[in-house]
Amino acid sequence: MNDKSKIIAGLVIFFIIFAFPIWYNMFKSKPAPELTLTEKAKAAKECVRSKEYMTKNHMQLLDVWRDKVVRHDTRVYVNTEGKEFKMSLSNTCLDCHSNKAEFCDKCHDYASVQPYCWDCHIDNPKEKNDGKQ
Amino acid sequence: MENSKRIFLKIAGVSALGLGTGILTPNVFASSGQKKEAGFKKDSNALTAKRWGMVIDTRKIESSDDLEPIINACNKIHNIPEIKNHKHEIKWIWEEEFKHAFPSKGNKYLNERIKDLPFLVLCNQCENAPCVKACPTKATFQRDDGIVLMDFHRCIGCRFCMAACPYGSRSFNFKDPKEHIKPETYNPEFPRRTKGVVEKCNFCAERLAVGKKPACVEASDGAIIFGDLEDSESEIREVLNSNYTIRRKQALGTGPSIFYII
Repeated sequence: MNDKSKIIAGLVIFFIIFAFPIWYNMFKSKPAPELTLTEKAKAAKECVRSKEYMTKNHMQLLDVWRDKVVRHDTRVYVNTEGKEFKMSLSNTCLDCHSNKAEFCDKCHDYASVQPYCWDCHIDNPKEKNDGKQ
Repeated sequence: MENSKRIFLKIAGVSALGLGTGILTPNVFASSGQKKEAGFKKDSNALTAKRWGMVIDTRKIESSDDLEPIINACNKIHNIPEIKNHKHEIKWIWEEEFKHAFPSKGNKYLNERIKDLPFLVLCNQCENAPCVKACPTKATFQRDDGIVLMDFHRCIGCRFCMAACPYGSRSFNFKDPKEHIKPETYNPEFPRRTKGVVEKCNFCAERLAVGKKPACVEASDGAIIFGDLEDSESEIREVLNSNYTIRRKQALGTGPSIFYII
């Protein structure tokens, strides 16, 4: 029972190491990135759903779209306003949001997520063609 | 002791009541909200069938030159990479000699026209597809209209389907196809594939959905007839009725949907 100081010292060291991710990142947090919209996206004013919904749920929406199109051969989305959209990442989403680096990547990098959508769904052909011509 | 039991029961009762109203309240709000639910529908122009099939009239084909535009049309639309090394190549529709396409029908004194004629081969969209059974992730599945389709998102690249397919209709992406698609022929409307997935002909499911016939049928100048095999009034059934046709490796029981007029 004479090891009180050692135990406390040990506990303190343990908690410091245990809390490493917290204190290491404590003063490094940056504000969420501002997204740049293309002219086309600005002109359209609203995405297939509201901005808040898309920010929060675009991944779930895309997942449902994927299953609907690939597995159920249903390719038209009717949003809450009754507007119709072709369910296609390449042709609908990326048509407006053709600025992957400024739009998609900015947030994904910030949140440290690496979706592999663009392995197949063109990281934009428009951008690419512009670069080549 | 007595006291704490009483308190416990009281708290439990109040909690249960709170929980009950908690479940009820969202319903109250939902009924007052007028917003419609988002929904899904099919394109009104979509072509539908009970079972899609194809007849390839080889009498209208004379040489590889006739097949080239057909194969190119498919390759271009589906962003099929051009890889020279045949171990790595990707094939959706290609030409094959008779003896390879129909190994059990290779007679000794084969008719000269047939012997040298290039045959157009593609995924047979089997009725009883072995690839569907072999796939451990259900990435390959059969639609109600008979089309055997792939969900590339789900393919883990195990290649069981390639071993199961008796027609060699499936190709594996050993290399990243991105590097082998020519930018000038790139079709941005159709996604390419990624390294590590298997791919094959999809019977142009994406074109049927918007009311177009498959690209090869369009490019074939009448040599390929496409239609509903279950519809006795369809053009394809009429062609099948009036011509003798054969199917590839029929004895295996896969039930191919591609018929050949010899």
